Amino acid sequence: MATRRPPLYPVHEDRGAGFTDFGGWEMPVEFDSIRAEHAAVREAAGIFDVSHMGEIRVDGPDAETLMQRLTTNDVSSLGPGGAQYGCITDEDGVIHDDTMTYALPDGSYLFVPNAGHDEEAEQHWVDYRDETDLDARVTNETEDWAMFAVQGPEAMDLTVDAVESVGAPLAEESDDIADLGRFSITEATVAGADCLVARTGYTGEDGVEVLCPVDDAEAVWAAFDCQPCGLGARDTLRMEMGFLLSGQDFDPEENPRTPFEAGIGFAVDLDTEFVGRDALAAQQEVGVEEQFTGLVLQERGIARHGYEITHDGEPVGEVTSGTMSPTLNEAIALGYLPTELADDGTEVGVVVRGDEKRATVTTPPFIDK
Amino acid sequence: MSFDVPDDRKYLASHEWATTDEPTRVGISDFAQDELGDVVFVELPDEGDTITHDEAFGVVESIKAVSDLYAPVSGEVVAVNEKLRDQPELVNEDPYGDGWLLEIEPSDESEFEDLMDADEYGEQIA
Repeated sequence: MATRRPPLYPVHEDRGAGFTDFGGWEMPVEFDSIRAEHAAVREAAGIFDVSHMGEIRVDGPDAETLMQRLTTNDVSSLGPGGAQYGCITDEDGVIHDDTMTYALPDGSYLFVPNAGHDEEAEQHWVDYRDETDLDARVTNETEDWAMFAVQGPEAMDLTVDAVESVGAPLAEESDDIADLGRFSITEATVAGADCLVARTGYTGEDGVEVLCPVDDAEAVWAAFDCQPCGLGARDTLRMEMGFLLSGQDFDPEENPRTPFEAGIGFAVDLDTEFVGRDALAAQQEVGVEEQFTGLVLQERGIARHGYEITHDGEPVGEVTSGTMSPTLNEAIALGYLPTELADDGTEVGVVVRGDEKRATVTTPPFIDK
Repeated sequence: MSFDVPDDRKYLASHEWATTDEPTRVGISDFAQDELGDVVFVELPDEGDTITHDEAFGVVESIKAVSDLYAPVSGEVVAVNEKLRDQPELVNEDPYGDGWLLEIEPSDESEFEDLMDADEYGEQIA
């Protein structure tokens, strides 16, 4: 498959960004340094190009029912302008993707599959719609939108400066974008462009995610005067929070996990009827055998994806993500452990290039947010 | 982007440098530190250990990557840059100076002939 590029690829290249392949997209991984970009987001603000994320619009009379059946959370609880985190699971309750669902002011739904999953999600929605004879239109708009995340303690001030006017549904209550609630989305004008601005993110910081038409991407990007950040810093920021990375912390082929194992049971509403509901209800009944948790290394070294986790010298799991935390200056890791070993403070080992390093189970987030 | 390639030392294709005096000081190039990004950990042999030309002798880790370190020439390790234990970022800040890795007593002077001079290495990374 041909590599896809975000609309601002040449702008990032001129700025000196390094690039990496991510989910079939050639995305900026680093502009200045991961440490500098990470610190900017924790202490001030940074902007990420996340145009590799998919956008699928679902509208029509049965749009809500279709979303309800194919995501694990209760979509019917969303009013216009609401946003919700959920999973896309199969009949066995295994996570195929995680996604944010936005209830747009016009009554349609927009959900955001991870990089490279948009076509698969579109097909899944279309197939299910056709099988169940639901009346809904499914449109893959991934190529139409650019998406930026502006994150950090100063992100909302920057957003107030950048947003020229807001539309529905915020306008009914206020015309100040600062009043946009967490997990809400509104129409807004930025740099003259008709955008969607959501108070969501993936860093643990306050901030927004902005969707804009690709032709307006350069002007909208320039409207936020802060540190440009790449996927490298996005990864260290999300790891400090213990947020999952699709394809790494779960993967339907290589590391099949249910939302309960992955620690995101809050995104599952068993009172709704969705694909995988019965399997998850059964799992909730008996409990999980393994669960997602964090580790802090107590010896020098860095735990990386795939490294073995041990207990009393025996292998008990694998690291799914690991790095040196730029905030803590400690080696942190994420992975699955047998439930009986997943309590905070449990001493385990991580095998780093043949050497077993001492590590302590620590429920994320690793930082106080 | 242009990288600093001092001409007072020689280079391995895998981006390590070595001075040609004794003891021979070893480090990684400006290009290598830039490619790695923020260095957060360096694993080195101990004093008294022997390292072998073209074979891995340690590891340098940045936030985003793990990279083996290869010996430009064979010899006994006579000094290790202990500052890197607490300040691995010195590899980024001063790769040819304070960010050096170790010093060795070379055992086979002819191995220097296998290394690139600054012009050749500069062409490799151009």
